[in-house]
Amino acid sequence: MEVITGLSDGLAIALQPANLFWCFVGVVLGTLVGIMPGLGPPATIAMLLPLTFAMSPASAMIMLAGIYYGAKYGGSTTSILLNVPGESASVVTCLDGYQMARKGRAGAALGIAAIASFVAGTVGVLGLMLVAPPLAKFALAFSSPEYFALMALGLAMVVLLAGSSMLKALLATLVGLWIAGVGTDLFSATSRFTFGRMELLSGIDFVVVAIGIFALGEVLANMEAPEQAQMVPVPKGLRNLLPTLQDLKDCRFAFVNGSVIGFLVGVLPGAGSTIASFLSYGVEKAVSRRREEFGTGVPEGVAAPEGANNSETGGALVPLLTLGIPGSGTTAILLAALVLWGFKPGPLFIPENPALFWGLVASMYIGNVMLLVLNLPLVPVFAQVLRLPAYVLFPLILGVSMVGVYTVSGSLFDLGLLLGFGLLGYLMRKLDYPSAPLILGLVLGGAMERALRQSLMMSEGSLTILVARPMSAVMLLLAVLILLVPLFGKFNTWRLRALEQKGG
Amino acid sequence: MQDRTRNLGDLWSGLVLAALAIYIIAQALQWDYLTPEGPGPGFFPLWYGMAMLALSAALVVSELRRRSARGTAINWTPLGRALSTWLALAASVALLKPLGFVISFALLTYFIVAVMYRRPLKTAALVAAASSGGFFLVFQLALGVSLPVGFLGF
Repeated sequence: MEVITGLSDGLAIALQPANLFWCFVGVVLGTLVGIMPGLGPPATIAMLLPLTFAMSPASAMIMLAGIYYGAKYGGSTTSILLNVPGESASVVTCLDGYQMARKGRAGAALGIAAIASFVAGTVGVLGLMLVAPPLAKFALAFSSPEYFALMALGLAMVVLLAGSSMLKALLATLVGLWIAGVGTDLFSATSRFTFGRMELLSGIDFVVVAIGIFALGEVLANMEAPEQAQMVPVPKGLRNLLPTLQDLKDCRFAFVNGSVIGFLVGVLPGAGSTIASFLSYGVEKAVSRRREEFGTGVPEGVAAPEGANNSETGGALVPLLTLGIPGSGTTAILLAALVLWGFKPGPLFIPENPALFWGLVASMYIGNVMLLVLNLPLVPVFAQVLRLPAYVLFPLILGVSMVGVYTVSGSLFDLGLLLGFGLLGYLMRKLDYPSAPLILGLVLGGAMERALRQSLMMSEGSLTILVARPMSAVMLLLAVLILLVPLFGKFNTWRLRALEQKGG
Repeated sequence: MQDRTRNLGDLWSGLVLAALAIYIIAQALQWDYLTPEGPGPGFFPLWYGMAMLALSAALVVSELRRRSARGTAINWTPLGRALSTWLALAASVALLKPLGFVISFALLTYFIVAVMYRRPLKTAALVAAASSGGFFLVFQLALGVSLPVGFLGF
């Protein structure tokens, strides 16, 4: 009953003309961003964040979320037409999507991707709507030790899944924690890591770091290669973009598989849409009667990962809105956006801001319908954005980044910091340091330190408070186990190598 | 090529991070670790500083042990392109105060189009003028965002 009331209130908010407009702007921008290789949703949301300060929080959140899930729709277009994934989550779509396009079935592949995205995206929002409120109620019992343990668990999961090297992911997280610590300590008024600069007393603005790491880092990485890929022509006309009935029949399990796996993986902090899409593709292939044909252009190979990729969005918003724990770089920026607008994401977020939560949920249903309508007939139009020359696109991104940072503080010093973080973002890409853990460390660092210090104040300095409370103990134990699992894997590799050498 | 870049990069990044960790620890030791009310400002940084030192040392050691592996030369061309763009951006930021956003951004765009992408000078001038003019119209005039102003008043 509560869900129905909430949803009807949410629909009243989402259907307001201004919010419908911002939802439309968000999904169109998201689709364009998803289509363009080299510009991801975190960079776009970070760049646009300063411009949302003049908007109502509901409209701004609806637009930014639209960019987030809209990019998932657009990401498949380049995978299918160029064999270049627009987003990392669309890598798997290349396997069968591009093969379908090469066989002259680009239209059907794009159509299946759009339909799977719609079905699974809607299931993901349904899951968010049903799971988030009870989880938030459960988390109301949390105090400082549980919060600290929860953040430690979130960071532990993220660093494991964020890249190829656990060491580098952990180091990136610690750098994020350090950046979060720059400025005046709120407990003691001590200035920390300010290098004697007045500008750093209030800390480093999140927007500066996010735009530098994501937007500038991406532009610099893309500047390395001047050439652009050639795309397969997009068939014109709606009839050529609709899959056949047989295609849809073949994909019926893939729609369910993608929806369920995507949502469940999304709820886990750190897993992310890339893992969801790979997992869903793997399951689809494992249970298929024609698994040997996967990779040669089967529609299920497009439907499963595209569905999972979209359903993951709803799942990822669950820990963000109910626990204040983001699971990826994009959700970390959405978390920072909520904090900048004056909200406190966590167990009290839904009870204290029902209009914002339900408005967002309702807008996501509407946004998914908009995306289906936009993506089926208008894919050829959207694909034209790929013809925008890189020498026009990249200066524009640099310009929006500079304006975005200058808008926040009006300070040239922050633009200097932006340069530094841009270079850091590029070097991180070059040296294979994942950037999401740094952003998560930055976003969670302040709250994590606060929770730890409040816990220790409660216990008069005794660390046992962190393990004396059952929920906190379980979460910390899980965090430790997650960090230790790869070490066991490494130990096993060494053991096997030693046995081989002994045997040899 | 990429592997070689990463091997050297891992070593140097490990050393830089170790230096950062030592700085964090040295700073944290100057602040209160525990106060009568609870942990002081040095408590949290000391712990993550020590963790950073341990992890960066592990990265350096693992790289030194692997350095015997042969690698190919670093390809400086893509690195040079990216760093040239960064330097151009840095110059553009430095010029914001005397020249203002419109002119310094036009110069940056001109450099990217003409030098980095080797397009005809006419095309570069057109793209530079159109994009910086577009920014002025959209942000300064339409959205009321104040952009850095130079000696010419815009």
